[in-house]
Amino acid sequence: MSEEFKIEIVNPEKSFLVKDDVFEVVVPAYEGEMGILKDHISIISFLKPGIIKILSKSGNESYYIEDGIVEFKNNNLSILTSSIFNIADMDKSKQQDLLKQAEEESGKEEISDQSRYLIDQKIEVLKTLN
Amino acid sequence: MASLDDLKKRIASVKSTQKITKAMKMVAAAKLRKAQESAERGRPYSEKMNNVILNLSSGISDKENAPKLLSGTGNDKVHLCVVMTSDRGLCGGFNSNIIKKAKSYFSKILNEGKELKIITVGSKGNDQLKRMYGDKIIENISFKESKNANYFDADKVGKIVIDKFESSEFDICTIFYNQFKNVITQIPQAQQIIPLNSEDSEDNTSEESYEFEPDEDEILSNLLPKNISTQIFKAMLENSASEQGSRMSAMDNATRNAGEMVDKLTIQYNRSRQAAITKELIEIISGAESL
Repeated sequence: MSEEFKIEIVNPEKSFLVKDDVFEVVVPAYEGEMGILKDHISIISFLKPGIIKILSKSGNESYYIEDGIVEFKNNNLSILTSSIFNIADMDKSKQQDLLKQAEEESGKEEISDQSRYLIDQKIEVLKTLN
Repeated sequence: MASLDDLKKRIASVKSTQKITKAMKMVAAAKLRKAQESAERGRPYSEKMNNVILNLSSGISDKENAPKLLSGTGNDKVHLCVVMTSDRGLCGGFNSNIIKKAKSYFSKILNEGKELKIITVGSKGNDQLKRMYGDKIIENISFKESKNANYFDADKVGKIVIDKFESSEFDICTIFYNQFKNVITQIPQAQQIIPLNSEDSEDNTSEESYEFEPDEDEILSNLLPKNISTQIFKAMLENSASEQGSRMSAMDNATRNAGEMVDKLTIQYNRSRQAAITKELIEIISGAESL
């Protein structure tokens, strides 16, 4: 059998992406990057800001996400996220906007350690995109 | 009996009203399709979210220390009701149905001697509720400027609710909205979102065990606030589809009624015109005879 599995990315507004010829997906899980191959054990984890890399038969894709939950079961990978951008479609100005927003947020004082960690992560990832 | 001129004016006015209702119906139909689509597209997200949470909460061993959003505060003294209505009128019984449902729930709570707090989403609900429950309304949110229901608006409402929960301003939160069944039928719903009512969903959770990274509690405490926003967003989507559907059938009825009225008035107009002519003829003939 082939080594392919199915991925589905949904955001609140629609089903963002469905593919069934994926070899490997790398997701920025909360405790570090995680590569998922076929027949991975069932897992639920949530994501921090970062890049999702999808390696598939029909080409490789990368997406920038800010949050999300990932669930893998029976060779079905579901990613729930509220903000996702295709890196290929992302131009400099969009990137700068997001970066500015994140930096503004990290400037605030009353945020919790956890959200500060996530924001710092976000800034880091956005900077590497440049 | 109204004069011919008056009748003519009335016919013209009913006709122009009919034109307006017809146009509104068309607009509602176009918007309905869009709203319905986005409601359908939004479904996978909330379903998946629900599934994940069900899987998680069944995996939690230590119920005592489960997040408060899931298990509740242990009290049921203060009820928060989020009543979601439209910002615009002329949509039939859409708003009144939600309000009716909400009011019966309110009086039940008040009769039990519990405290009630209300958040209204949408200005129509606020207008109707502030007469009777004005002192209970703690917040009024309106998204007049956003065209379609979007997640950011829902998230805003969700954050308000969670903030209030964390500062222990209420124990139980219920949202009121109209569930879209079809164009003619919308069912007003009362859904409890805090604490999460797991009996509502009859989905069989798979027995399969998951690996969690990090542990269940941490995932749950991150997921539950998101779930609140998701549920509110789902309610908003259902609501906007229902609103357009309700408006469409209301405007359809109005157009039909206007048509019937025009027919009736036209008959009356023709009859009285005929009567006037006959009267004149009789006058002429009797005048000629008398000569």
